[in-house]
Amino acid sequence: MRGISHPTSGAVGEFFSKRLSMTMKLAVYFLTTGLTLLTLPCGSFTEVPSKPSGTVTVLPPVHPAGGPQAFPNAEKSDLPVFAMNYSRIQVPFEITLWVLLASFAKIGFHIYHKVTFWVPESCLLISIGLMVGAIMHAVHEEPPSVLSYNIFFLYILPPMVLDSGYFMPTRPFFENIGTVLWFAVVGTLWNSIGVGMSLYGVCQIGALEVQDINLQENLLFASIISAVDPVAVLNVFEDVSVNEQLYIVVFGESLFSDAVTVVLYNMFTFVAEMPVVETVDVFLGVAKFFVVGLGGLAFGLVFGFVASFTTRFTSNVREIEPLFIFMYSYLAYLVAELFNISSIMAIVTCALTMKYYVEENVTQRSCTTIRHVVKMLSSISETLIFFFLGVVTITTEHEWNWGYILFTLLFAFLWRGLGILVLTQIINPFRTIPFNFKDQFMLGYSGLRGAVTFALVFTLPDHIVRKKLFVTATICIILFTVFIQGISIRPLVEFINVRRTNRNLDTINVEVHSRLMEHAIAGIEDICGQWGHYYWKDKFMKFNNQILRKILIKDNQAESSIVALYKKLELQNAMEILDTVSEGTSTAPSVISLRKEKGPGKPKRKFVAADLRKMHDILSKNMYKIRQQTTEYTTKHSLPNDSHTKEILIRRHGTIRRSLRLRSFQSPDEARNQKYFSLPAGKSLDWRQTDNGEDETLSGGGYPSAPRSRIGQPSRSSSRVSLPLRRLDTLTEVSSSAGVDLVDERSGGRGRAGGRGKSRLNSSSSDSRVPAPPCHFDSSEVFHGNRDSMPEQEEPLSLSVTWAEEPSDHDDSSTQNPLLRRPRWNPVKPKNP
Amino acid sequence: MGASQSARTEHEFKDLADRTGFSLEQINNLNKRFRQLSSNKETLSREDLASIPDLDNNPIRLQIINAFFDKRNLSQSEVGIVQEIGFEEFLMVLTHFQPAAMDITEDNREKLRRTKLRFLFNMHDTDGNGIITLEEYRQAVEELLSKAGTIAPETVKAIADAAMLDVASTTRGKMEPDEFYEGITFEHFLQILKTLDIETTMHVRFLNLDTANMRCGK
Repeated sequence: MRGISHPTSGAVGEFFSKRLSMTMKLAVYFLTTGLTLLTLPCGSFTEVPSKPSGTVTVLPPVHPAGGPQAFPNAEKSDLPVFAMNYSRIQVPFEITLWVLLASFAKIGFHIYHKVTFWVPESCLLISIGLMVGAIMHAVHEEPPSVLSYNIFFLYILPPMVLDSGYFMPTRPFFENIGTVLWFAVVGTLWNSIGVGMSLYGVCQIGALEVQDINLQENLLFASIISAVDPVAVLNVFEDVSVNEQLYIVVFGESLFSDAVTVVLYNMFTFVAEMPVVETVDVFLGVAKFFVVGLGGLAFGLVFGFVASFTTRFTSNVREIEPLFIFMYSYLAYLVAELFNISSIMAIVTCALTMKYYVEENVTQRSCTTIRHVVKMLSSISETLIFFFLGVVTITTEHEWNWGYILFTLLFAFLWRGLGILVLTQIINPFRTIPFNFKDQFMLGYSGLRGAVTFALVFTLPDHIVRKKLFVTATICIILFTVFIQGISIRPLVEFINVRRTNRNLDTINVEVHSRLMEHAIAGIEDICGQWGHYYWKDKFMKFNNQILRKILIKDNQAESSIVALYKKLELQNAMEILDTVSEGTSTAPSVISLRKEKGPGKPKRKFVAADLRKMHDILSKNMYKIRQQTTEYTTKHSLPNDSHTKEILIRRHGTIRRSLRLRSFQSPDEARNQKYFSLPAGKSLDWRQTDNGEDETLSGGGYPSAPRSRIGQPSRSSSRVSLPLRRLDTLTEVSSSAGVDLVDERSGGRGRAGGRGKSRLNSSSSDSRVPAPPCHFDSSEVFHGNRDSMPEQEEPLSLSVTWAEEPSDHDDSSTQNPLLRRPRWNPVKPKNP
Repeated sequence: MGASQSARTEHEFKDLADRTGFSLEQINNLNKRFRQLSSNKETLSREDLASIPDLDNNPIRLQIINAFFDKRNLSQSEVGIVQEIGFEEFLMVLTHFQPAAMDITEDNREKLRRTKLRFLFNMHDTDGNGIITLEEYRQAVEELLSKAGTIAPETVKAIADAAMLDVASTTRGKMEPDEFYEGITFEHFLQILKTLDIETTMHVRFLNLDTANMRCGK
């Protein structure tokens, strides 16, 4: 059905001329894509369902005959040789261009990091939108009316909330769930009712000329503007690593205040239509509020568990694995919408529930895909809304009422500030770490309004008389909060020096001891007979391990997060070692100059005795060392860290091969050894063998069997190693799908065969063919750098191939988006310690 | 709660409250619990604690129980194990789990940190010689992972070893190949856990928490 149409499309003649102009403009399209797009008379997005108010549907700008008649003023043509049918593709075409333009803008301002550092992205998007809007205004065109109630709620909102739900840092969230809900639910109610009432009071002042806004409409408006959206704030918080409690409260508040707001919105839009509101309606409203919220929760749980259960069986259809996640979340959303319960609650709960199980069931790649797609979709939605906000700000007619708008701003700030103060006073006695004044200030200040607010007000039904005023006021408050608060929050956080937290839970010691501490706390709680968070956590973990995991997870290997972390770190560490080694030994021999190495070239200068000794030290010591500075995978801009793991796996293949060869080709190595190095023989012969063996493998001198296929030299250090990529039998067995997968990613599908069957990598170490147990140290000689054991020491490395790519690695994925950077918050999921 | 207590105990509790930093309500609550656990005796024995059903699922329950009977946690100087503890000792152990006050000074924070970490350290250092040896560490990790299902003993060992090596390399810097790292001392323990916000995380929410009275080390 055809919906909103532009005003001119009634008369046929006009319509024809419009067609013509459109066709002409189409040519310009490809020159100035984005801007021209907006100048098009694209008032009719044909798939937009009609607004609830039932705007008069006028003749859509489509030829009734349908055929390829893009040149309407041509006379009866026999067979058009060349034809254009723009109207057919108009909607998707324009949407695509919008998205593209917005994405280009994003690229644009990420080129200058300084800009995005100081100015939140939403500001920039709005600014671009303002510019585009200005251009459109100059050429007197209307913005496309993409944003309607249904479009927003069915297509734009779900990705955004799915994103927040999916990337919610589970652990801090549940540790602070009471406070989060308190602020989100009660705080939003407080704001809505407070602001609504005050505005209603203000409306009674005759001078403002807004007496016609009744209480219901005021409440509706107030509930709209109490949805906070502090993405920009979270960004900053993440950067400066403020304390966890503050962060999670702001994060959770944004999420659940959306839910609350939407419920209130629906309620008040309904109420606004009612002629008389009776007392019983108020109670019904309260009841509905709970039904809607808890109903959403229940639906989310059900769908989350079903989704988790489904992924148990997707191992043979890896291609569509991620699809289940999206479909189930969306289904949860839609079904919740169907029953008029809180769809946001449903989708968030669904995401929270299934995330943990799904990520264990699916492969690493699917998991990465899921995360990326979730991020991408939400980013598109948000970008579009902000962009659109900018455009609308300029192009629509505003109803400017100084009094009402200023009072709105004033009350919004006043009630939020007051609310935070009062609510913290109430919640503080229940918190073990109470919020201090600085925290409260930051909480209050982080009340930015954003995309959801705008979308809600923009999709208000038309029968609300003062809709224009509401839109204007909302835009004002959004612009004000996003620009002024958004930009000033970073200096402010630095200035008032909010409590910060150290979130580098990266070393294994810290992990072990924080776990121990938690258990100790749980134990003490038990002894004191008090039920704290840890008590419930313990209980849930027990239930989870005994029942849920058995049902929902494919190969139910309970794995402590410590083990996971250990494996991860081990992997990473091994890679660093290899980096070090290859720096020492094989930096110089590039692919080309391998042969020349024997000559008196630059390669030689590397191998002085001191260097060798150092290398040895590093190797012997680092072999098991879990590095403290694992900064690499906590940095925010590194996307899902599988690039690392990939590298390491490739490298590791190389190492294993090297060490294997080493043993069979020892004597030639030794002989060559003497040529390379001028070390006193016998002193560190074994070491040199190893070293040189690697070197030799690289140079390929003695091993004609090694194919010269190189791993492409795409990125950084991996090119240095440049190992031949022949898959040995050992590797096939040891490695598993992801390992192989990544080989074929790099080398164009070479190694695809073996690993597919084996689905997961964290098969226990007993799967490994490498017989050596990972521990090579007796208590007596743990820290001996035993030179002679060098070749053997390589084996633990090979062993840990089976440990590659843990599901827990998922937490490392990150992009510039703040929500993806969550790993630092929650480096390990609370599994079953 | 406190109604059954005589005036004498009331006075005692005040005294305890001053020393431990617990509020009177908390002490009353804890005393109630203490009597419940000890079946109304004056002292609490190891068996009393071991019989708490909720504790069964705790992988480190033995360590936790031991901590209550460890003299090091009761007074700073002595080493050894007591067989039974009174209510005061019970409270003394629990003081390690008090949250930090909001307006704590930097000095006190550091002190608190040390106390809390010392408690953890003592849990690992089972023989009380001031050093967590590799054996002890392995033991701790093994217990920690004991409820985690199928984890190969090698893995456990490897984790402990890795952790130990980590300690060695962070605290000692580069080590000579034939150097031997005998174990984690408390100073090293502090050093490796300096990223752990123990003063804000290691606490139990005691009932009737009254933040105004929270002063650790007072």
